[in-house]
Amino acid sequence: MGEFVATKINYAAVLPMLIVFAAAMIGVLVEAFVPRASRYVAQLPLTLIGLAGALAALLLNSRDNQGITAAGAVVVDGPTLMFQGIVLALSILAVLVMAERLDREGADAFTQSGASVPGSPLEAQAERLGATTTEVFPLTLFAVGGMMLFPASGNLLTMFVALEVLSLPLYIMTGLARRRRLLSQEAALKYFLLGAFSSAFFIFGAALIYGATTSTDLSVIAKAVGQVTGLDSLLVPGILLVAVGLLFKVGAVPFHSWTPDVYQGAPSPVTGFMAACTKIAAFGAMARVFYVGFEALRWNWQPVLAVVAALTMVVGAVLSITQKDVKRLLAYSSITHAGFLLLGIVAMDRTSIAGLMFYLAAYGISTITAFALIALVRQSGAEATHLSQWAGLGRTSPVVAAVFAFMMLSFAGIPLTSGFTAKFALFAPAVAHGGVWLVVLAMLASAVTAFVYVRVIVLMYFSDPIDGVSVVNPSYLTYAAVAVGAALTLMLGVLPSPLLDAAKSASIFLR
Amino acid sequence: MTNYSYGPLLFFAAIGLGFAAFSVVAGALAGPKRYNRAKADAYECGIQPSPHAEGGGRVPIKYYLTAMLFIVFDIESVFLYPFAVAFDRMGLFALIEMVLFILTVFVAYAYVWRRGGLEWD
Repeated sequence: MGEFVATKINYAAVLPMLIVFAAAMIGVLVEAFVPRASRYVAQLPLTLIGLAGALAALLLNSRDNQGITAAGAVVVDGPTLMFQGIVLALSILAVLVMAERLDREGADAFTQSGASVPGSPLEAQAERLGATTTEVFPLTLFAVGGMMLFPASGNLLTMFVALEVLSLPLYIMTGLARRRRLLSQEAALKYFLLGAFSSAFFIFGAALIYGATTSTDLSVIAKAVGQVTGLDSLLVPGILLVAVGLLFKVGAVPFHSWTPDVYQGAPSPVTGFMAACTKIAAFGAMARVFYVGFEALRWNWQPVLAVVAALTMVVGAVLSITQKDVKRLLAYSSITHAGFLLLGIVAMDRTSIAGLMFYLAAYGISTITAFALIALVRQSGAEATHLSQWAGLGRTSPVVAAVFAFMMLSFAGIPLTSGFTAKFALFAPAVAHGGVWLVVLAMLASAVTAFVYVRVIVLMYFSDPIDGVSVVNPSYLTYAAVAVGAALTLMLGVLPSPLLDAAKSASIFLR
Repeated sequence: MTNYSYGPLLFFAAIGLGFAAFSVVAGALAGPKRYNRAKADAYECGIQPSPHAEGGGRVPIKYYLTAMLFIVFDIESVFLYPFAVAFDRMGLFALIEMVLFILTVFVAYAYVWRRGGLEWD
C-alpha cells in the first residue's frame, strides 16, 4: 500500500465556488431556523450577496490563481473563469426575476407548498397562511455551484458530480409553478426521468473511457488517446455516450424532447434561469471534454457532432413555426440556438471558443429578460402564454411589448442587437475552419426562426387586443432585471468589443 | 475516419436492444399470470401502501424519508471509516476537511429536524 499523499487544493482558485456553496448552506439553515414570515427578507439579500461576492472573488482573485488543483479534479483556466463569470452574472439577473412576488395575492410564480397535492386542503391551508416559497433561493445557489464546477471539471467523475449537483435542484424548481401545477409537476417528473437516463449514459461512457485509457482525468485521457491502439471499440462508444449526456443537457436533437414540456411547465423565472445558465455550463463542459480530452480523436466525433448540430438547427427551426404557446416557442428557439452553439464545438479552434462564450452570454441575457416579461402577462391571474393572448399587447402595454420585441429581434440576429454580433462571432470561425455547409444551414435556420419571431412582433403590434389580458405591475426587482437585460442586449450589439476581447484572451484551455 | 470504428457501437446497441426485447418477451411468455388487486397498485412492492390522507391521493412518504436519512448517514460513515484508519498520517488538512464534511451533513440534518421530518405522525 502506497503512502497517503494529501491532495493540495488551491483555495484561492476555487474561492468563488466555495462562496456560492457556503451561501447555499446558510440558505438551508435559514429555511430551518428563521420564522416563515421573515425567510424571504433573509434569503434574497443572502443569495444576492453570495452571488455578487463570488463574482467579485472571481474577478479580483482567481485570475491570478489559475492552475490545475485538487489532484486534477478542478481546472481553473481562462475558459473556466469566463464560463463561471457569465453563469454568476446571469444568475444574479435570474435571481432578481425569481424574487419577484408581485405584492398581490396569488400572483406569485411559485407555489406556496410544493409537496401538497394540487387542489387539496393542504394546499388551501398553505395559501391561507400566505406562505411564499423561499426554498428556490438555496436551490438556485446549489444549481449555480454545480454550473460553476461543470465547466471547471478536469476529471470525468468530478464532471458527473457537477452534472448532478446542477440538475437535481433544477428538477425540483421545475415542479414549483404556482398555476397549472399538474403541468409543472409533470414537467418536473419528465425532466427528472430523462435527466437520470442521460446521466446514466454519461457515467457509462466515462466507464468505457476508463476501460480504454485507465483514467478519468481529461489530461491523462488526452495523452492515452494518442497512444492506445486496438481499444477504439471501447474508446469511441465511450466518447459518444459521454457526448449523449452532455447533448441532453443542452437540448440538442435527438435528445431535445424534454425541452418544450419542461420550459412550458416550469415557472417562467425558473425557465429563464434554466435555459440560460444550464446551456452555459453544459457547453463549457462540452468544450473542455472535446478540446482537452478527445482532441486526438476529432475525426471520429466531429462528423457526429456536425450531424447533430445540423439536425438540431433544422428540427428546432421547423418545429418553432407550428408553436402556439410562447414558452414552447422559446423552447424550440433554444433548441435552434443549441444547434448554432454546437458549431463552436465542431469548429475546433480557439476563436470559436471565444465566439461560443460571447454567444452564450448574449443568448442568456436575452432569454432571462424574455422569460421575466412572459411572467408578467396575465389573464385572470394565470400566465397568458398562448400566442393568441399576446395579440395587441403593443397597444395595451407598449413597454413590455417593445422590450419583448427587442429580445425577439436579438434572437433573430438583427443588427444593433447582441444576437447579430454573437452570430457573427460564432459563425466566422466556423467558416474559417471548414464548416461552411453548417454555416449555410445555420443561416437558413436563422431565416426560418426570424420569420417566427417577426410573426410574434406582428401579432403584438398589428392585431386587436383580447379582453381580460393584462400586464401586472412588477416591483423594482423585475424592473431592474429587465432594464439591465435590455441594456446589455443593446450594448453587446453596439459595442461588443470589451466582452469579445475578454473572451478571446480567455479561450485557451489548460491541459 | 473509417466506418469500421462505429461497428462495435452498433453491435453493442444491437446487444442492448436484443437483451431488452428478450427480457420483455421472455417475461410475458414464461411468467405466471395471477391477477389480483395488488397488481393494480401504483407500486407493486409486496406491502400495502399506508392509508391515504383525506382529500387527495397523497402517498405518505414516511418510509422514504427514513430511508433517505439512513442513506445520508450511511454515506457519512462510509467516508468516516477510511478516515478513521488513516487520520494520523494525513494531518490537519484531512481533519479540517472531515469536520467540514460532517458540518455539511449536519446542515441537512438540522433542516430535516426543524421541518418535522423526524416526526412519525
